[in-house]
Parts: sequence; structure tokens; C-alpha cells
Amino acid sequence: MAKIHVTTTINGSETEFLCEPNQTLLDVLRDTLGLTGSKEGCGSGDCGACSVTVNGRLVCSCLVLAPEAEGQKIETIEGMADGEKLHPLQKKFVEMAALQCGICTPGFLVASRALLEKNPNPTETEVRYWLAGNLCRCTGYDKIISAVMEVAAEMRGASHA
Amino acid sequence: MPDGGSKYKWIGTRPDRPDGADKVTGRARFGADFNLPGQLIGKVLRSPHPHAIIKSIDTSKAEALAGVKAVVTAKDFPEQANMIVPTGEMQVNLRDITRNVMAREKALYEGHPVAAVAAVSEAIARQALALIKVDYKVLPHVIDVAEAMKPDAPVLHDHMITEGVNPPPKKPSNIAKRIEFNKGDTKAGFAEAEVVVEESFTTQAVHQGYIEPHAALASAAEDGQVQVWSTTQGHFQVRGFCAKLLNLDTSQIRVTPTEIGGGFGGKTVVYLEPLAIKLSQKSGKPVKMTMTREEVFRASGPAPGGNVKVKIGAKKDGRIVAAECIVEMQAGAFPGSPVGPACMCSYACYDIDNMHIVGFDVVSNRPKVAAYRAPGAPISAWAVESAMDMLALKLGMDPIDLRLKNAAKKGTKTAYGVTFNTIGMVETLEAVKNSAHYKTPPKPGYARGVAAGFWFNVGADSSAAAHVGEDGSVTVISGNPDIGGSRASLALMAAEELGVDYDKVRPVIADTASIGFNFVTGGSRVTFATGLAVVNSVRDMIRELKVRAAKIWNVDPEAVIWENGMAKPAGSNVGDFEPLTLAQLAAQAGKTGGPINGHAQLNVTGAGPGFGVHVCDLAVDRETGIVTIGRYTAAQDVGTAIHPSYVEGQLQGGAVQGIGWALNEEYIYNAKGKLDNPGFLDYRMPVASDLPMIETILVEVPNPTHPYGVRGVGEVPIVPPTAAVGNAIARATGVRMTDLPMSPPRLSEALDAAAPKMAAD
Amino acid sequence: MSEIQYRVAKNVKDAVALMAKSKGKGYVLAGGTDLLVQMKSGAREPGLIVDVKKIPEMMAITEKNGAFTIGAATPAAVLGEHKKFRKTWPGVLEAINLIGSTQVQGRASAGGNLCNASPAADSVPALVAAGCIANIAGPNGKRSVPVEKFNAGPGKTTLKPGEILVSLSFPKRGKDASDAYLRLIPRTEMDIAVVGCGVSLTMKGDTVKDARVGLGAVAPTVLLVDKAAEALIGSKLDEEALEAAAAACSEACKPIDDKRGTIKYRTKIAGVLLKRAALIARDRINGIEHRGTR
Repeated sequence: MAKIHVTTTINGSETEFLCEPNQTLLDVLRDTLGLTGSKEGCGSGDCGACSVTVNGRLVCSCLVLAPEAEGQKIETIEGMADGEKLHPLQKKFVEMAALQCGICTPGFLVASRALLEKNPNPTETEVRYWLAGNLCRCTGYDKIISAVMEVAAEMRGASHA
Repeated sequence: MPDGGSKYKWIGTRPDRPDGADKVTGRARFGADFNLPGQLIGKVLRSPHPHAIIKSIDTSKAEALAGVKAVVTAKDFPEQANMIVPTGEMQVNLRDITRNVMAREKALYEGHPVAAVAAVSEAIARQALALIKVDYKVLPHVIDVAEAMKPDAPVLHDHMITEGVNPPPKKPSNIAKRIEFNKGDTKAGFAEAEVVVEESFTTQAVHQGYIEPHAALASAAEDGQVQVWSTTQGHFQVRGFCAKLLNLDTSQIRVTPTEIGGGFGGKTVVYLEPLAIKLSQKSGKPVKMTMTREEVFRASGPAPGGNVKVKIGAKKDGRIVAAECIVEMQAGAFPGSPVGPACMCSYACYDIDNMHIVGFDVVSNRPKVAAYRAPGAPISAWAVESAMDMLALKLGMDPIDLRLKNAAKKGTKTAYGVTFNTIGMVETLEAVKNSAHYKTPPKPGYARGVAAGFWFNVGADSSAAAHVGEDGSVTVISGNPDIGGSRASLALMAAEELGVDYDKVRPVIADTASIGFNFVTGGSRVTFATGLAVVNSVRDMIRELKVRAAKIWNVDPEAVIWENGMAKPAGSNVGDFEPLTLAQLAAQAGKTGGPINGHAQLNVTGAGPGFGVHVCDLAVDRETGIVTIGRYTAAQDVGTAIHPSYVEGQLQGGAVQGIGWALNEEYIYNAKGKLDNPGFLDYRMPVASDLPMIETILVEVPNPTHPYGVRGVGEVPIVPPTAAVGNAIARATGVRMTDLPMSPPRLSEALDAAAPKMAAD
Repeated sequence: MSEIQYRVAKNVKDAVALMAKSKGKGYVLAGGTDLLVQMKSGAREPGLIVDVKKIPEMMAITEKNGAFTIGAATPAAVLGEHKKFRKTWPGVLEAINLIGSTQVQGRASAGGNLCNASPAADSVPALVAAGCIANIAGPNGKRSVPVEKFNAGPGKTTLKPGEILVSLSFPKRGKDASDAYLRLIPRTEMDIAVVGCGVSLTMKGDTVKDARVGLGAVAPTVLLVDKAAEALIGSKLDEEALEAAAAACSEACKPIDDKRGTIKYRTKIAGVLLKRAALIARDRINGIEHRGTR
């Protein structure tokens, strides 16, 4: 079969690419489009480092075929900041040292944003279960969870000590 | 912002890390994010057999496949002498390294590389692998350490005669060496003991679990120059190994460390780099190679499992009078397990007069082990700290008090002959004793376990440089990949030393051509040793800045001081001169003698060992064997916490790795000698929902050998957790688990087996 | 150039035609959370990938006179947001919502979970307990089978060449009825079930009027354990009845020793989960919701 021509929207921009039928969205993002922010940690949906949203839905891009992107709206880590302005989650992760090596960080940020867009007032348990599909080996998760809870509180306008 | 009460302006604060923006936007480039135009994709053919003679390899069909540009096997790599070199914190033999990177006479583990190809696409590279014909003579294999030590076990290496045994054995075996450490007289010591605890423990192989698989990109030029981009903890190490393995000068190879997505010791060795270089040399094109997650599990170096027998004798008041430890440790397919550190660390937390410690380094048909955060120590600590808990229970003594009674202090001589300088074991125990966690009883249904741990920490070689720009902003250059936020700490120390704002200091990690030699990022050494080199390079620059000020003022350089980022006259008698800022001096650099740079290089000892004490409250579901961790505290003597957030992060991360090691992580081999769980689905590392917040207690006992009191912190945190969890389980259930991991089926089985006995008690 | 082909099916008839033409080398792509993993490992080697996500009835959640039908490819996360389905079938929903991580939930479907035919599939014991019916379309027309008869063994469905699973239908739910699903996994998330148990109860006062029990990961296919249900029916879910039902579950087990659990452990846990799941279902009928039970 010849390559498939796909037209899609990535981080708000209309994008076109050619792909093999069995290439994953992650492959295309990284190797064809140069968007290397999404990472391959396992290739089997077990680590979440490749997390993106498709039409607002959080998914592992290693488990989406590239041709499925046709007509969809895809958001990756590269679209999270607004020009030079970091998203509150990005800012808080740096402030609170919620990253050490940083390889899992794009996945966690995309996943956390999806959480807060769905549930602006999650409990610690809800945050932990939502993010269970994102593996981190460096931080023990502690500061990541704290950062997400802090941003949730800030975005709700709640005051905190 | 700086804390008003602290003696430092920058040290101890929590500013944003310099690579923060890059890391949270996806801009930071890790190993697999590098590409070169025209690059080929390299893939490795791996042995499906755990033990086999390689009779022949026919690569002709692969070479003929359209799109394949190079194929390599062992014959492309020169033979290596039988020579030991240090790598990370382990000692390895080049003759073994070349064989681990590409099998020669034998395939020694499932996943062992036997050939590699470079092709224009990954799909073609995979097709090429399928066309390579390897004629194996399959041999019986052995996986387990105890099995491998038996006289009738299949022998991996015909030349392996056990070292450290007198007289040496006549026949080869799988026991590479035997080591021994003694202090005092344990026979006399045990004779005096009023209480004795004796038990055998086991652990399984575990993986460091870094989320980023290995990746390398190599580009070899026709004139013999080679460039490599590698995700590594030690790019000088990569350079050194590749130079030896490929008969190149180190100066011909320029290695750039990419950002690294976790290493924990597992990326202090080479796997792909020599292959990528060779393929690039043969094809004339850049070659990019990455490991799949499955390859990472099958073929990179895990931490060893081991069998540990422990015997501790004490007086009724808790004073330990004698201690023994016998460690049998897996090396994998080639010798070099961290059995030495396992032995040395086993009782290092305690001041004991009589000790006898023996270790065995044993090979078997599994991947060659690599370092994993305090290599060896967690394995002996699992046994020793569990036995200490058994002793505490037997004596009816609080576990912290038992450890306080025997704690190592300044002047304590270890089993391996070193006498401690200022250390923080006692302070850490007391901090735990006085902690909110320890003073609060466990919640109903929960029980508490305590354990301690030790790691030496190392110093070794570092080189650094400091340059000031014409506007007074500073660049600090060093050569250690940043695995956990060290760039921030280096910038903090430079800012403190120089007396300028943290934001005016830019730390940069240079490649092997652009800075002098640096030992690996490992051994908890970077903040200590590289930090010291950075401080010294800044001091070198300050010395020069004072010379320049003196020139401008026409006074003696001895009459100039440096304070708060400015050159000042040492006293009013020197003259009435306005202070000169760094920016002002930099602006006049050309007129006063040229560029103002400082540099330093060192090999430093006096790293300052670390001690940790962990407390774990957990509940056990007796019907299912499921463990729920309710509260966890990691306390440690951290010297001076340069950037406290990243120090806390080391404690939290190491503790969670240890919790995974305790509860669910293990390499599972089937009867055919193949790894059954080479993926994150069935190699079960902790996920966010498994854990509570990990509380940390940073006990600051400054290291006297460092200008800012820095002590290595990264490795100690993984040493106590397995026993902290095991001790809590023992106290929750009355059952002493001796084998790791304490997974639900195993714990359930142990509880069921104990039930009739406990009903009878 | 790849030999694999990718096609988006416009409707069920189109999908069936594509699958029939593929001569056994066709695979349905719903969420892809099993298929893509298997393609990568080489366990499945498609000739043709048929994407069914543009077929409305395969992605819809419909209700007719209180009886739900869910499209086979409806993502678990979408189902999780359906308030009425959650209220009617909390056990089925919690089972479906346990398949994988949040990311996997964004794509995985109950239909895909069933068709993958893993003995440890999370949704299936709850579907079995609910009395769910699988609606199939093929070259020879439509047919329906109870979910417990849908699979033949590990990785094997009873679908004939060209057939696809279109939707899953649930019976109308009476009053005083609810269900629960529990699984045992070593961690708190991300694991394949070592044992999975779904229990559906209808109560009359404090007596069990009707019950169905589905047991997973302890046999080549998910079991409908009639004997366990019989032990519960007519009882007040007292300790004796629960013990009997638990014993029936343990007896019905035909598990294996593998990297996730032993025969001994699975047999024991089957009974443990039955007791706990039955009580959760009963409590739900009485308006008591348990949080974080395992």
C-alpha cells in the first residue's frame, strides 16, 4: 500500500504528513514532524511518556495509528506553553522540583492538564489514580502530586498557605 | 529567595533549575531525540539462547539486502587483554566488556548481541536481522546463584578459576572470586553473646527502571574522527571504552552527553556506542541506535540478586558483640558483581568489634549486572537490617534505641579498615526518634518498620572552568551529565562563591573535547566533587579578578579582597577606591590582561559517607497479601543541602525504588532460561497510586572536607527501604519474610503457612 | 512499502465486507490498545486493519425502555461519563474503567476487551454477571450470543470469518438490583488481573432473589459460576452462604501458575473476591458506596 496522506490539527496548526499504515502517531510526531517532546519509554502503553490528547481525550500516542489522526485535533507538550508564557503546571513543576531527569515530564504535564480540565478539584487520591499510567522513576511521585494539587488550588482561586 | 537566618545567601535556597524551561516544554533533547541527515538505523541481533557456542555466523544474505549498508560481528572488534578498569563504581575487565558488547565464542545470556546491522530504515534493518544465520550449539544453562555454585553446574567460562581461594581450585567453576573482611575475633565474640539471631535471606535481580531506553548516535569520518551523542552518565567513560574497544585514540572520539532520562548506575557502561561507531565507520554514514524496552530488560545490566546469611550476637542490653555475613551475589554472564560493596556496607552503620564477612562473585546465564544506586548495599542491608529487627524483637528493645546503642560514630573502624571522620548516623537516628512520624503511633491496622542504611559516596576526578562575559554574567562549565538537578546546585555554589545573583550564573555541561576529564555521574559524587571543582575554578577566577583590580588601582594584588561580587581594597590604608563589580572588571578585561577565566581539576577523596534511617507504616490484607503503605519517612545526613528540593527528591526517589524492590520488582526467568517479564506491565515498578507522600528529614551534618559541607546523598536512600517494609510486615503479621520481593502471592503463602502455628501460639 | 493496509469502515456492512475479503488477515481496530501492542511484538500480523470508529452504532450508548446497548468500540472513558449507565450498572462500569491507565481508558473498549479474549480481561466477568448479550454481524447476517459463550479460549473468540462484534446489550434492570466487580492485582493500577470477580444481585428485602457470578483469570475463558450464584440465592448473604459461594468459585477455578500468580493463590483469591464483591453489590442496593476497596 502506498503511504497514507493525513491532514490533521496539531497544537492548533493544520498539519499534513505521509505515513505508513502501521506507523504510530508517536513515530510520526517524533520522526516525521520533529516533535520530539513526546517520548518513547516502552512502546506498549505502560509508561505514559508518550501522552498526548486527541480531541481533548488523554491517550498514549504509541497506541494510536498515525492514519487515525485524520481530521482530529491533537495536542502535544509542544503546544502547552502560550508563546513564551508557560502553562501554570509547567511553571509549578519547575518551582516545586517536580522533575529530576525530566524524561517523564512531558507525559505528566499533558496528563495533569487533562485532569484539571476535567476535574478542577481533585483529591490527592484522585490525582494519583489519574496519573497511575505515567511512570516516574526519579521522584517517587511526591513533588509531582504536590505540584498538581497546588496548581489545581491556584486555578480555582483558592488561597493556600 | 534567600533565607534571612541562614549563613549562606544562595546555598540552601530553592531557585528554578537552569534547564527547567527546556524540560517542561519538550525542548530538552534526550538520546533518541538526536538525528543527523542521512543517518542509518542500527539494530542488534540477539541470542535467543541463554547459553550456546556460536559455531558460525553467516551475514551474507543480510549484507546483500537492498538498503543494508553495514553489518558487524565480533570479528569487527579487536581482541582485548585481560585487564581491569574502573567503570562507575564497579571494576570490569576489557576482555569481558568486548564480549558483552558483541558475543565472541559463546552466547552467555538470552539477549546477548551476536551481530548488528545498519540500514536506511528500521524496517529494513529488522529484515536484515532475520536474514543473518547463526549456527548455535545450545548448551545447558544455569540461572540461579546457588545452582551456579554447585560442582556439577554448567560452566560459563573455561578459564574461570576462583580468585581469593588458597590453594586455588583445580577446575574452573562459576565462582569468579571469594572475598573476605575481618575485624577482631568473631569466635570469641559469639562466645560472649547472650542473644544470637541467625537467618538466611534472598533477593532477586531488579532493574534500575530508567524510563528512557539506551540510545546512541555515532558519526565516523574518513579521517578517523568520530562523534558520538549518547544518553549516558559518563561521556568520558563512553569515550574511554570506545577507544579501547575500537583501537582509537581518546582524542579522536568526541562524545556529547545528551540529556539523560534516568540512569541510576545503569548508564555508566556501553552497549550501543561501540556498535554504532563501527557501523558508521563501515558504512560511511551516521548510525542511530535505540533499545526497545524489551531489549533494555533482556540485555542491559540489572542489579544482582543474592543470597545472604547473617548472624548477629549481642548482650542483653543490646550491645552487639559479634556479626557475620556471607553474601553470594549474581554477576550475570561475566564477573564483576558489586559483592565487595555489599560486604563492606553490610555492618557499616554500626560500631562492632568483631566481624567476619565473606562474599562470592558468581556468574550465571543472565545479562551482566551493572551498577544500581549504591550497588550491592541494598542486598546485604535487606538481610542485616531484618536481622537487627529480629534482634530488637528478641530483646524487647525499640529498634531505634538498638541502633543508637551500636551506632557508628567518628572514630569507628569499619570491617574494611576505614576509620570514620565526622559522620551523621547518630544524628539521623535521633532525628527520626524525635520526628512527628515516630512520635505518632501507627494508625489502627497499621504497623511500623524501621531500617538503616549506608553508602560510602565517592570523590574521584572532575574538571571545571568558569568564564565571565563582557557584561559580567558568568558561565560555569563542567563535565557531568545532569541526572537529577545538579546543574542548579553547581550554579548555586558558584553564585555563593562569587557573590553574584544565581540568575547571572549559567551552568553548562561540556562534551569530552571541551572540558578536562570527569569521572561518571555516579557514586553520589557530582555535587561533592564536581561542585568542589566548580568552586575551585571560581576561586581561580576570583584570584585573577583581584589581580585585575590591583592593576587598575595600581596596588598589590594582596591588598585586594573579593566580597559580595566586588573587588574592594583590603583596608582604608590601601587607598580610597570605589569597589569594582564583576561587570566593571569584565568590561575592562582586554585592557587589563585579556579574558578572565578560571579552571580547576581534581581527584578528591574525603567524600563523606552517608547514613539513612527510614520508617514505614503499612497495613497487610491478610487474606490477599496486599500491602498498603500508609506513611513513610526517609531521614538522612545530607551534609549541606545545596538545593533542598533536589536533596528531598533524591530521598523520595530512592525510597520509592526501594519500596518497589521490596514489594513487587523481580526478574522472572522461565525454565528455558528466558526472561518472562521484559516489560513495564509485568516488571512492576511503583505507580503513583501505590504510594503516600514520602516525608523527608534532612539532617545537616556538614562534611568537613568540602567548603560548603557537601556530602553525597543520592545513593543512601535506596538502602533501607526493603528492610523497613519487611520489618513493618513482620510487626504487622508476626511473619518474618526472608525472600524478596514480598509480592502478594508470596506474602499470602507465608501468612497461610504461619496461620496454624500462630493459632497454636 | 508496507504490506499492511488501513481502511476506515463507513458502516457495519462495509466493515463486514472488508473483514470477509481479508481471508483471516483482517483485524478490527477499535481503541488499538491490544492490537497495536500485538503488532509491535509480532503476535498479530495484519494484512488489513479495519478502523470501526466512524460507525455510529459501534460507538453509541443507547437506552430503550431501561435496557442499555453500548457500541463495541465505545471508549471506556466515554462510557465512564454516562451518568445513567453508571447508576444502572456500576459494577460493569467499574470493571470497564479498570482496563489500563487513564490513557488506555481514552481508547480501550469493552468490545475490544471481550474480543481480545484474554482470560484475565477486566470487563468480561462483570459483563457475564450482568447477563450481557454480544451482538454480532457477519456475511451470513446477524446473531447474538451470551457473553459467557463468546470466547473459546485464550486469544480465541467464536467469531466466524468476516464476523465482527457490533454492540453489547444489557437486560432491563429491575429495582433493588446492583452489581460490583473486584480484581486482585499486585499494585493498585496498571496490572493484569490475577483474579477478577463480577457479582450481580437482585434483592428482595434482605434476601437475595437473583444472582449471577462471573469469574476471570482462573480458566481459559471467563466462567459463569452457577453454583456460586445458587449458594447466594435465597440467602441473606450471611457468612455461611458467602463461604459456600466462595468455595464454589474456588472449585470452579482451573487456573495456571504464571508470572502473575500461582494456582494456589488464584484459587484462594477467587473465593475471597466473591465474598467482598457480593457485599459491595448488596451495599450499593442499600445506597452505601464503598471507596477504594480491593
